[in-house]
Amino acid sequence: MPRIPEELTAPLIVTGKPEVKRPFAAEEYGPGTAGIKHVKDPRMVVRNLNFYYGTFQALHRVEFEIERNKITALIGPSGCGKSTLIRCFNRIYNLYPEQRASGEILLDGENILSPRRDLNLLRAKIGMVFQKPTPFPMSIRDNVAFGVKLYEKLSRSQMDERVMWALEKAALWDEVKDKLRQSGTRLSGGQQQRLCIARAIAVKPEVILLDEPASSLDPISTLKIEELVHELREDYTIVIVTHNMQQAARVSDYTAFMYLGRLVEFNDTDTIFTNPAVKETEDYITGRFG
Amino acid sequence: MDGGQMSANTATGKQATMLRRLRWGRRADSWFHFGTQMLAIMVLIVLGAIIAVLFKGAWPAFSKFGIHFFASSAWNPVTENFGAASSILGTIVTSVIALLIAVPISFGVAVFVTEIAPRWLRRPIGIAVELLAGIPSIIYGIWGLFIFAPWFSTHVQPALSDSLGRIPVVGVLFHGPPIGLGWGVAGFILAIMVIPFIAAVMRDVFEVVPQSLRESAYAMGSTRWEVVRKVVLPFTRIGVVGGIMLGLGRALGETMAVTFVVGNAHDIHSSLFMPGNTIASTIANEFTEASDPMHLSTLIALGLILFAITFIVLTFAKLLLLRMERASGERL
Amino acid sequence: MVANMRYLKRRAFNQLALVFAVLLTGIALLFLGWILFVLADKGVRYLNLDVFVKSTPGAGIQGGGLANALVGSLLITLLGIGIGAPTGVLAATWLAEFGARSRLAAVVRFVNDILLSAPSIVIGVFVYGIMVLPMGHFSGWAGGVALAIIALPVIVRTTDNMLQLVPSQLREAALALGAPRWKVTLAIVYRSSLSGIITGVLLAIARIIGEAAPLLFTTLGNQFFSTNMSRPIAALPQVLFNFALGPYSNWHRLAWAGAFISTVFVLFLMILARVFVGRKH
Repeated sequence: MPRIPEELTAPLIVTGKPEVKRPFAAEEYGPGTAGIKHVKDPRMVVRNLNFYYGTFQALHRVEFEIERNKITALIGPSGCGKSTLIRCFNRIYNLYPEQRASGEILLDGENILSPRRDLNLLRAKIGMVFQKPTPFPMSIRDNVAFGVKLYEKLSRSQMDERVMWALEKAALWDEVKDKLRQSGTRLSGGQQQRLCIARAIAVKPEVILLDEPASSLDPISTLKIEELVHELREDYTIVIVTHNMQQAARVSDYTAFMYLGRLVEFNDTDTIFTNPAVKETEDYITGRFG
Repeated sequence: MDGGQMSANTATGKQATMLRRLRWGRRADSWFHFGTQMLAIMVLIVLGAIIAVLFKGAWPAFSKFGIHFFASSAWNPVTENFGAASSILGTIVTSVIALLIAVPISFGVAVFVTEIAPRWLRRPIGIAVELLAGIPSIIYGIWGLFIFAPWFSTHVQPALSDSLGRIPVVGVLFHGPPIGLGWGVAGFILAIMVIPFIAAVMRDVFEVVPQSLRESAYAMGSTRWEVVRKVVLPFTRIGVVGGIMLGLGRALGETMAVTFVVGNAHDIHSSLFMPGNTIASTIANEFTEASDPMHLSTLIALGLILFAITFIVLTFAKLLLLRMERASGERL
Repeated sequence: MVANMRYLKRRAFNQLALVFAVLLTGIALLFLGWILFVLADKGVRYLNLDVFVKSTPGAGIQGGGLANALVGSLLITLLGIGIGAPTGVLAATWLAEFGARSRLAAVVRFVNDILLSAPSIVIGVFVYGIMVLPMGHFSGWAGGVALAIIALPVIVRTTDNMLQLVPSQLREAALALGAPRWKVTLAIVYRSSLSGIITGVLLAIARIIGEAAPLLFTTLGNQFFSTNMSRPIAALPQVLFNFALGPYSNWHRLAWAGAFISTVFVLFLMILARVFVGRKH
């Protein structure tokens, strides 16, 4: 019998409640086991992913799959590691020397954590939108064209077409078509965030990562972003981090529940919210903690 | 009855002491407030007094030479015919040379410290650059006169006149005998002196760029240089210009280092390698020797001109940096 | 997406730009190293006991030292900081404690920053006009006042910044106990930002001790040992100026020794100031 890693059998401690353990044996952990479902057509496969901030381990042996052209939501209480996990997918954590990851994340069968991987090319393939809107200090048009210019040589009219296409996809075109030369920083918060989404779409990435994209927005802007995400599913594989369970239930096809740096449960969003297999998941979605 | 009277008396006595203390405390407070405010206002008075004293001292020269003072390069203490042109031009030329050299180097330092260097190296380099700013200017002068100028005239200057000197029109700037004293060397040493100031401001404004903005630029697949060029620089543009202006203000007013290497001649040459002067070096050289009143008034007038130029440049720098501060404060 | 030409070009350009930044930083540090190396080399060669105990030699005379200049520098620096430090700290106290965000405070801060970078030679001309001319002769007092005017904005700036860092809850807590404002400032605000204020004073000393320009026509210089502040007095930076520009090699040697002493002292003060700041944060 293989040695069981300690962190998998370690009890999960929940304040005010008796200790609870995952109800299934640790060696069965991973896709296909109870609580962690296989997907039909995996685009990305996460295997044995551990993550460290210096000496602090923030992710413990995370294993699951992300289905092609579906929306996968990562939920869990704050500090559970969901943002850390999404920051692994485009290796943005590499900006900080003290942060490192071990294990594998396969994108179309190739490990993106490999040190030989070219980060710029990887990031051109995997777009990301951050918590706060981050329009660059340039015009709306230049914001959208920014990433395109990095990799493609387009004529002026081709670029105009691409900018329009991306802004339309991001449901922003009608609002900004008359002021494309205006600075992107002068838009409202919700518009800025959609501009960032347009910017990410414009380079035609394969995967889009959304790190709590609506957390700093008002309810109406949030709704718009959610509708947008839902439509984008047709063409892209999407991973979204959210601390808002209703949002996860509304927009996603799959949901991963994380807690204390571990992936506790992963399944169809419907199953997670109606019939979770693990007790902590149930406690979380019924609002008993977090 | 008597006892009651007594205790009432002590009670009012206590109250009286307390009231007295309160009143005294309040009076002390208002004196404290008033006194410190006067000293703060003294900062303004110092500035006003400097301008007034310089203006009064400069008046004879201004009224005698009028507008020609700025255009004439005459300098004859015997006939009392003075013009400020060579000094003003020298001040501007040396400062411009200084900026041409210092701005790219400072930018490199700031980029290195904020974007490239590993964290453990950032502080030591920051401190080293700070030390460069701390070395007294007289030391730069001595080093420049005995070490740098000879080295420059034997190694750098021939190379410059052989290469840049061949360019038509502009080439004239780089001809000249290898004396090692002149606007060129002075500008070079000024550059070294202002690097720390410009680099420090650039580093500070670069650090103001929100990390989330940097991350999203990297997340688009930008290289480090592209992040600097297309996101960090546009974001900090105003502050960077402010920092350069601050460096310019320093370079314009720098005295000692320049006086050692500028050559101290009241001539205007087409070559950067011929002896010249600046406003500050002229004052430093001649002030104690100026025996007749008109000569002295002329030097004070030069001081006033120098003060006015730096005042304008520094005000501009300060306004830009304040705008940068406010803009980033809103965004953060 | 395959690594296309466009990307290869971008990557090469990036590498080039980064190499340039490292090179430029190297150039800046090279000059620092060069200057320090020359100073250490010459300083060690020409430094001896005579430098500290003998007075400056006259033209063409061998031997001698810098004793009068060192003592003179000490005196006028003490005078400068003695006037500049209390004035600056109290002015900054008004800025941080009373002025805060008022219009007057903004103007004072602005003007102070201008004075901070004002050409020191102009300060010399100013003090010549207000002290040397009316008194009829050069003097140590005039030099001290010139240095005080240079030290003042440095101290105002750092003290103002340091006092603003003191949390307002601390002031409020003390005021709530019924303490008068001046007592709160002296006992609470100053005490909790003491290391910052000392840092400012140290930096101001470092700044003025190497200043030569404003001394040329205030203290003038004195070949002989003198502690009379009402008369012309020698000061190290001004002696360095005269000796380095003079024609005698003995003067040049002493200039190098003096340059070494003053640089070591200034850098020592700056590092000391850093230690004080470091202890605070």
